[in-house]
Amino acid sequence: MKTLPEIAQVIRSKNSSPFKLTLDIIFKDREVFEQVQAGNLINAQNVAAAYKIDPSAIEKILYFPPAKAIKIGMSRTKKSGSPGDTDVYGAQQHAPLLSIRLDL
Amino acid sequence: MAKKEYKILSPTAILGYGFPAESFQRGIEENPDLIAVDAGSTDPGPYYLGAGKAFTDRLGVKSDLRAMLVNGIKKNIPIVIGTAGGSGARPHVDWCRAIIEEIAKEENLKFRMGVVYADVDVEEVVKGIKEGALLPLDDQPVPTEEEVRQCPYIVAQMGPEPLQKMISKGCQVILGGRCYDPSCFSARPIAEGYDRALATHLGKILECAAIAATPGSGSDSVIGILKEDSFILQALSPERKFTAQSTAAHTLYEKSDPFHLPGPGGSLDLTNVTFTELGDGRVEVRGTKFVPTPKYQVKLEGSRCVGYRTISVCGTHDPILISKIDEVCQQVKDRVEHLLERENAQGKSKVFFHIYGKNGVMGDLEHGDYPLPHELGIVMEVLADTQEQANTVCSITRSTFLHYGYEGRISTAGNLAFPFSPSDTPMGPCYEFCLYHLLDVDDPTALFSDEVFDIDGDKVKRVED
Repeated sequence: MKTLPEIAQVIRSKNSSPFKLTLDIIFKDREVFEQVQAGNLINAQNVAAAYKIDPSAIEKILYFPPAKAIKIGMSRTKKSGSPGDTDVYGAQQHAPLLSIRLDL
Repeated sequence: MAKKEYKILSPTAILGYGFPAESFQRGIEENPDLIAVDAGSTDPGPYYLGAGKAFTDRLGVKSDLRAMLVNGIKKNIPIVIGTAGGSGARPHVDWCRAIIEEIAKEENLKFRMGVVYADVDVEEVVKGIKEGALLPLDDQPVPTEEEVRQCPYIVAQMGPEPLQKMISKGCQVILGGRCYDPSCFSARPIAEGYDRALATHLGKILECAAIAATPGSGSDSVIGILKEDSFILQALSPERKFTAQSTAAHTLYEKSDPFHLPGPGGSLDLTNVTFTELGDGRVEVRGTKFVPTPKYQVKLEGSRCVGYRTISVCGTHDPILISKIDEVCQQVKDRVEHLLERENAQGKSKVFFHIYGKNGVMGDLEHGDYPLPHELGIVMEVLADTQEQANTVCSITRSTFLHYGYEGRISTAGNLAFPFSPSDTPMGPCYEFCLYHLLDVDDPTALFSDEVFDIDGDKVKRVED
């Protein structure tokens, strides 16, 4: 078992619009990325489990081989900067991903 | 095509963020065909568009513009600025225009400047709503006419076409209102016959300057070299280089889908793009396609005022309060509501508690499986119809919380530590993104208006059509 910080070089979140969050995982090693992609080891189930939300809230998971990266899309719970929002840039919503463990 | 390659100098990721003089100078020595910079972003939130204010500082913007203008005018290099003032509405553009005119006066510069405004008349938007020409993005509902009228400014993201109109009028400097980020880089080379897909993709990377290099930086200059069937990226600082990995990874940055990047008039398709390292810290990119949409569409942006905000910042170190913080916050809210009701003064105010140390960063996304911290930071946020009402509700919430006798309390002199006196800060109007929709247009330039000026030192003369 490996945790994501052991095999990823970048794990980050950011707004992709005022309503959407995009999470990127960029792997250190191409072979590991390919293994993760082949086994679909990052998926709506384990991402949703890390955030303790319903898997249907994970709107998109894309594997992007040119950058050995995975992109995850989900909705913001509040529009950026609207009353009660906590993270205008959406730049600090990545931490639950750090706890994901993969069977590698 | 007039020549075999077209060099674009991108000084910095956001006008005003600065750049090392040495990097920029190396870029100038490359004799670029264009100096272009993106000045905008919606990242800092809805306030700046709604309030008509820049999110960058005037001094930083002036310093960046001075280097660009002095060097560009001296060497007769065209300059294009996209999304002036950060949000690109009329007050933002005029703010940036005044800075440019000030520099021209101080440095005694002579040039022709084209200014392209991106402001959209609210009646056009209302018409779009009625005719079904306003299409939602990101699952957002189409706003009501009333909501749209609450937006002080509405802008459309321009493609390259409105900027290209200024080239034919002989403008060496083009100042754009709200632009699709790549447009300030792509407008001129596309007009010279370079491929739209490659020019736009290059613009997508150059708008972030050295962020796509490694190590990345949003405040360092880079060069993009556009060719007939590829483009090359080159860092200008010896400690940075472009790699296939850094360039490909940047394709992910702030986008929801790295393969398809939608923009005015069509989408970039990156499915078959290759990134090749040239062995000297440069990367060559090929294979980008542009897929036009059946109707030309532009993205509209608008922030509407939803009230006024007052905040108060404080903290607690009391383990008993910390152990029941949610419960106490709710009880404080209830008591404040009750008091306001008694005075018939509740209005439509809302109170939010941001509890740092618990879920202040992640809010509703926080799953909360952590041990209790020894301290909590608290930001009380109040939203109301007027600033006065927000101040009132914040003041009552703060004083109620400070002395609230929650169950089990043993610290009876005050529940909260305030770092500041005064403890409450009026924040002014609060905005919310309301328009973030596509509008069908018949002509890519129709929504945009322009003005041309001949500037000579302290003299500014409007050029009539």
